Amino acid sequence: MPVKSATAPRAAQELSVKPASKNARVVPAKPGSPPNAVPDSTTWSRGSVLSVTSLTPKTVSEILSLAGELEQQDPLERARRLAKRKIALLFYESSTRTRTSFELAAKGLGADTTLVSSLSSSIEKGETLKDTGLTLRALGAEAIILRHPSSGAPWLLERETRLPVLNAGDGMHEHPSQALLDLRTMLNHLRPGTTTVAADTLAGVNVVITGDILHSRVARSNMLLLPKLGARVILCGPPPLLPDLAADIPGVEIERDFPRALAQAQIVMMLRIQAERLAGLQLDLEQYKAKYQLTEALLAAHAPQAILLHPGPIIRGLELTGEVADGPQSRILEQVHNGVAIRMALVYRALTLPEREVRA
Amino acid sequence: MSSLLIRNGHLIDPAAGIDAPKDILLKDGRVSEIAAPGKLKPAPDTEILDAKGLTVAPGLIDIHVHLREPGQGYKETIATGTAAAAAGGFTAVAAMPNTVPTNDSPEITRWMQAAERGASVRVFPIGAATRALKGEILNDYAALKAAGAVAVTDDGHPILKDSIMREVLINATRCGLSVIQHAEDTRMTQGASMNAGALAFRLGLRGMPPEAEYSLVERDIRLLAELSKDKGGSGKAGARDKNGAVPHLHVAHTSTAQAVAAVRQARRNGLRVTCEVAPHHFLLTEEHVGAYNTNAKMNPPLRSAADCDAMIEGILDGVVDAIATDHAPHASHEKEVEFERAPNGITGLESALGLSLRWLHREWKLPLSRVISLLSAQPAALLNLKGRGTLTAGSYADVVIFDPKAEWIFNARDSKSKSNNTPFDGWTMQGKVHYTISEGRVVYRAASAK
Ligand SMILES: [Zn+2]
Repeated sequence: MPVKSATAPRAAQELSVKPASKNARVVPAKPGSPPNAVPDSTTWSRGSVLSVTSLTPKTVSEILSLAGELEQQDPLERARRLAKRKIALLFYESSTRTRTSFELAAKGLGADTTLVSSLSSSIEKGETLKDTGLTLRALGAEAIILRHPSSGAPWLLERETRLPVLNAGDGMHEHPSQALLDLRTMLNHLRPGTTTVAADTLAGVNVVITGDILHSRVARSNMLLLPKLGARVILCGPPPLLPDLAADIPGVEIERDFPRALAQAQIVMMLRIQAERLAGLQLDLEQYKAKYQLTEALLAAHAPQAILLHPGPIIRGLELTGEVADGPQSRILEQVHNGVAIRMALVYRALTLPEREVRA
Repeated sequence: MSSLLIRNGHLIDPAAGIDAPKDILLKDGRVSEIAAPGKLKPAPDTEILDAKGLTVAPGLIDIHVHLREPGQGYKETIATGTAAAAAGGFTAVAAMPNTVPTNDSPEITRWMQAAERGASVRVFPIGAATRALKGEILNDYAALKAAGAVAVTDDGHPILKDSIMREVLINATRCGLSVIQHAEDTRMTQGASMNAGALAFRLGLRGMPPEAEYSLVERDIRLLAELSKDKGGSGKAGARDKNGAVPHLHVAHTSTAQAVAAVRQARRNGLRVTCEVAPHHFLLTEEHVGAYNTNAKMNPPLRSAADCDAMIEGILDGVVDAIATDHAPHASHEKEVEFERAPNGITGLESALGLSLRWLHREWKLPLSRVISLLSAQPAALLNLKGRGTLTAGSYADVVIFDPKAEWIFNARDSKSKSNNTPFDGWTMQGKVHYTISEGRVVYRAASAK
């Protein structure tokens, strides 16, 4: 039986006094510093992007505009923007599209990149993230792009190196650049020409995300970002991959019936099942496909106008059929294309935004 | 012959029902006499300690600390851990057996208490309930007790199997030892690093559900109820010892509302179940995990606001028997890692009194004598530490002298502990310890003390 603050003082009433504050447990932290560090906005560097929760519509607009501007710019001129600046890509998990995309983005701006991956470095020998980060800084890296299997790792790296960090995917937590490129793809389809967004830009838009929500950092970043711009995010999947408490996030709902979810969608986002994170969870794949696989027939029947997104890698024949992936509603390759522009903007910001005042 | 006279202080001795100005004479490690102010005439060689404006109380007792010796002296040693205890006003600590090697034996139990360890305050080892804390083979409780162990536990791990827990309770009771359970059904907490719920979902961390704790507390209470029914000498394999004592189950670091409720109900049913709560569980919620702060990572994890409230309610209504810190030092390099990889636990000896007075006493109006009782008389009674937790004549001269009103800022870097993994760094504390006296010796004297 959970006890509410209002009833907790029962014993206190017996002592005929009241607690000074009904929230006495929420104790203010250090004097002179903000109360408890909030994961959302606590970054050392203004150019860091660790989570979408710290992005305001204004910041998102700046990123989208900058992405458009950089994409349009003459490549030779663009390559002077960050000429000879040093950026490290630190990848603890294998990745094709995200790594290549960030690398092309950084190189497109003229920066020198160096790739450190867990399979070919001292990470293998047991070096900690802190020490690897400090080493990269000592070698002259001015920003680090991090892909890591542990949720929250970018905060550790940023705290220890004080360098701008771009989160390229942390554990089951977030993948902010993916959500931003997804947003750009959605806007191209729904609001062509729009680079400035506000709290109501996506009002009336339903985004259906289906699949392994629990283990998906792409789903988290999208469900935390899109409602800020007015979208309704509808999650679909079986309970083991989509716990009820996902709907606690503002602007997020759950619809477990796939056709019913599709019928509301302007945007259909499919996710793969992350076999590597299932941690003993047994899943009947045939049953899963019968209920949640996106087919041409389903798309035609319930969402003929919607566009299809997928963060990749796609598993043809599992979460969606090959025909759907290659079909006219698919924007999967456009997403990949948008990724480079968005990441150019993020990399550019990381190296050019003035430092925040250093906190105590 | 050494003697010390504490003059002009205000004595609070909850076990003796004293809350009045008194002078206290300590002699040869024991309390010799207590009298109205000015009534005691010191011998010429008696040292005099002026406690004007200060509260004099039984030395605090923490029944849940990890001193890390033997085996992990880089985190803490018995010397540094007990120095931190003394600075926090504690005169006795009960040391958990998850050392390296595990405290499975009378040899290690004695080693921990040996003078060479350089302890500032009294260390009461707690023996491992099962070999290497694996929950399979019981240790020799009679031998552990003879060597000085005051209870048995597998802390850090649960005793999961019903049959083993039953055996542990039976054997411990026969030896007159309490059984301390770390209640966590580890089948529900694989790979988890914080409280289960919406926040864990948002942070992408696997969660430990409250059921993992309370389901095991409920299981233990069922076992205890069965065993407590058995009468000694009835021919059945009764759990009572030859004096008819019933089994005693103590629930370590209670963190969920349901676990406190289960203990409350079991007590109403007449069972001998006690529980402790750590300051972080009555003060901090899971929100304090914040930006993956590894100093907010412990096991059991920080829970919801409702759970925090339930801890407070349990403390106020008396179902909670003790405040215990679960002092768990870790080296900085161990905590400066990815949240999921960081070890569980925080230090607590130097902040427990300050937080209890600041929040339980000042905010929740728990009388000073009740706070002191939760930190001394009750834990002493719980582990049957004779002559401790009270200052009646003949008791051990374990005393804490503090200014209950003084506010100060806790700075982890000033800690006497070898580690400073605490979420309370920079917090305002209330109640400044001026002197800690262990068996007649002044083992801590604040820089500001006269
Ligand atoms: Zn424990």
